[in-house]
Amino acid sequence: MKAGTNLEKVLESGAFAVTAEIGPPKGTAARVVQRKGETLKPYVDAVNVTNNQTAIVRMCSLASCVILKQLGLDPVMQIVCRDRNRIAIQSDILGAVALGIGNILCLSGDHQKLGNQPDAKGVFDLDSIQLIQVVKKLRDEKKLICGEEISGEAPLFIGAAENPYADPFEYRVVRLLKKVKAGADFIQTQAIYDVSKFAQWMELVRDKGLDQQVHILAGVIPTRSAGMARYMRDYVAGVYVPDELVTRMEVARDAKEEGVKICLEIIEQIKEIPGVHGVHIMAVGWEDIVPAIAERAGLLPRPIG
Amino acid sequence: MITGKQKPLEEIQRLIEPYRKVLILGCGTCVTIRYCGGEKEVATLASALRLSEGMRNNPRTFIEYTIKRQCEQEFLDEITDKVKKVDAVLSLACGVGVQALAEQFPLAIALPGINTTFIGRPEELGVLSERCLACGDCVIGLTGGICPITRCAKSLFNGPCGGSVNGKCEISPDIPCAWQLIYDRMAKLNLLDKLVEIQPLRNWSSSHSGGPRRIAREDLKLPGTG
Repeated sequence: MKAGTNLEKVLESGAFAVTAEIGPPKGTAARVVQRKGETLKPYVDAVNVTNNQTAIVRMCSLASCVILKQLGLDPVMQIVCRDRNRIAIQSDILGAVALGIGNILCLSGDHQKLGNQPDAKGVFDLDSIQLIQVVKKLRDEKKLICGEEISGEAPLFIGAAENPYADPFEYRVVRLLKKVKAGADFIQTQAIYDVSKFAQWMELVRDKGLDQQVHILAGVIPTRSAGMARYMRDYVAGVYVPDELVTRMEVARDAKEEGVKICLEIIEQIKEIPGVHGVHIMAVGWEDIVPAIAERAGLLPRPIG
Repeated sequence: MITGKQKPLEEIQRLIEPYRKVLILGCGTCVTIRYCGGEKEVATLASALRLSEGMRNNPRTFIEYTIKRQCEQEFLDEITDKVKKVDAVLSLACGVGVQALAEQFPLAIALPGINTTFIGRPEELGVLSERCLACGDCVIGLTGGICPITRCAKSLFNGPCGGSVNGKCEISPDIPCAWQLIYDRMAKLNLLDKLVEIQPLRNWSSSHSGGPRRIAREDLKLPGTG
């Protein structure tokens, strides 16, 4: 075991893992994070906490992770390269370990221009692959990236993201390979709506033997309205929503139920794809739906915890 | 080449507000070629400012002049007398030119008339785009002659982020994804295997992060100077 987190244990046991995602509030109320955590706890193995996602200022990921940890959840702290340089990032990781955080997801981060602080200076001292290297060095060599030793251990389970729908398609697998070489232990993908394209990507992943070296969790986002489906199709960077799906949402009498059904169909199909080790349910802002999805997808009970 | 864009007229008017006699000083090098700060632009701006002064009693006086290069002392020397006779100099040179003016004439008011925008090239007539951030440690030998630091909105070193779709950057459909350009070019050059290597953390100390930069060339110094 590298970190001994619940997520690592579930994945290493060979079970099909279930993770979810919490978006912290644009405010100071710990209760908001607690309520979301309590809703999700019995139904998932770990919970990602986003880090100012879409470049919108929110309660910090570290504080939110600690709140969830206190409730007994296994948090995955997301770190983006947009807001902090290597000095701040390494310091935050040391602090996160001190507070009991064991999973870290390394991301580039949505560009600041897309959020509510478009005037901000972007940092991008590191990219996500270099960030993985930083975390691995802290864990395996107990060293900062400059080579100096740290005191204590940094047992961390290292995650990264990949988007099978972004371009250039063939290069996405090479980039995954780079992430694995850099030290990623698990991968959570961007939301999957077009299963056949994901299956095609997984075939390339298996061709390179990467499914044997890293745990791949397929990302899904339940759509709660036709408007949301359209918005994601037209405006969300890197998400591909097929027109048929938007139409299905538009003609549905009960859009929320239709969104759940679509999500369940996608989970059913991705479970059958060789090399997929779990599902990552990103119902940010609709966390309450995760228990029903986990249950109806036959993902309960969760193995440990 | 250094590219700039003239400041909005209202901003220029605010800058020159306290001064009665203003020298509008063009530069004959980069900004002339980029159509933003040469003799022609000096004349156009002077006309616009004179027009806006026309209604007033006691309008401001504008003097037009353009020198070969505002960033070099030998060219600035020729305007010493002109500078003495005005209240302020509105420079249409890049930021280097405006600062050189201030350094050369310690008592002159040096005001910028353009915003220096980037080092770039014309993509087509009338369209200029950024190509170099002057980071001090060129990497384009690894990326098919395309700079990921300048042309990727996140300056990523190890491939495109998840926001690259149909060859475009996540921040705008008008901006090509640098990594799509790099990938396509490396594919044509049959060098895609080079993009598998991980590029390690970058040493940014060669860039402005290392502080203001200076190059001292012993071979170019005059004998007996410091």
